[in-house]
Amino acid sequence: MVCIVVRMSISHTLLGLLEGGPSHGYDLKRAFDAHFGQDKPLHYGQVYSTMSRLLKNGLVEVEGVEAGEGPDRKRYAITDSGVTDVAEWLSRPEKPEPYLRSTLYTKVVLALLTSRDAAGLLDVQRAEHLRLMRELTRRKSSGDLADQLICDHALFHLEADLRWLDLTAARLDRLAAEVIRP
Amino acid sequence: MTDALLTATALHKTYGNTPALAGADFSVAAGEIVAIMGPSGSGKSTLLHCLAGIVPPDSGSVRFDGREMTTLSDAERSALRRSAFGFVFQFGHLVPELTCRENVALPLRLNGVARREAERRADEWLERLEVHDVAGHRPGTVSGGQGQRVAVARSLVGRPRVLFADEPTGALDSLNGERVMELFTEAARTAGAAVVLVTHESRVAAWSDREIVVRDGIARDPVGAA
Repeated sequence: MVCIVVRMSISHTLLGLLEGGPSHGYDLKRAFDAHFGQDKPLHYGQVYSTMSRLLKNGLVEVEGVEAGEGPDRKRYAITDSGVTDVAEWLSRPEKPEPYLRSTLYTKVVLALLTSRDAAGLLDVQRAEHLRLMRELTRRKSSGDLADQLICDHALFHLEADLRWLDLTAARLDRLAAEVIRP
Repeated sequence: MTDALLTATALHKTYGNTPALAGADFSVAAGEIVAIMGPSGSGKSTLLHCLAGIVPPDSGSVRFDGREMTTLSDAERSALRRSAFGFVFQFGHLVPELTCRENVALPLRLNGVARREAERRADEWLERLEVHDVAGHRPGTVSGGQGQRVAVARSLVGRPRVLFADEPTGALDSLNGERVMELFTEAARTAGAAVVLVTHESRVAAWSDREIVVRDGIARDPVGAA
């Protein structure tokens, strides 16, 4: 299943959502889940711990506290420093993944070193990648535009992996000659 | 697979000294979409041509609906292709002198359907493929994506039992390719046609139900279920 919150900065995202207007922790969680939570909704605990950190750093302030039961009745508002922080985060390019350490590559080399079936390993991986791609394609066709874009992001990455699998399969003999060299 | 509509067993085909198929097996059931994948020169297009009866294999068997195709005469095979098979290629191969509507109606006209009826059915398919607005245009004046949708409409108009598609989105950009695959697979599923889809693109193959990989002229089912 797709998980787009991996490596996503939750604090910047919650802060950005607050720019629309003051909000309670619970409503922030709901807004987060609606836009980005797809398969992994945010835990309440994460929201409250993030908000208290933002509060400590002066990026949000408490606009009011409601009376009543419940863990957190605070209504948060973004501060000017908070707005600047969101703007800086949005304008900073993400570091492209170097993808230089790959479990798949390690497995292929180890298979060759131990005289196991490296081509078979690549085939099994390929089938597994395609299985997920099918699942995402089905989900994309029945989803809205947000679903389509999220699934496409995953699909393009899986496609890149598959191209690497094909290329490696085609170069397996050369790789074997290199890694098994005495 | 017991309910296979089209099966091939131990296909061999050599062009000159170059073996294109070296014992390929394949099967597709009615309503199933199977992708044939593999690198360039692996034999995937040759496999499609043998399955479709366009090229006879040197040895091996191709059975369609319980009937052995390799022993049919050329005329019998052509008749079978016209009545039961549909084709989509990378470049639509539309007839430039005909309008898009006439192109779609062409397979029906060749099978003896009256012009008015053929064009009525062509219009229905053009509408389903969302290109009805270019029905009266010639292929040279429409975009690549529109032309390919017209070609898909033409492949489906005769209600084929097997659809052969060879890199159907190869000449299109991502967005158009995507839409063509969506419309194509939806139309094929609705019509209950079996689809044999040759592609080297995994995102295209992801529209299929399963894939087989052709490598060095041998077709492999990655899950071993063939």
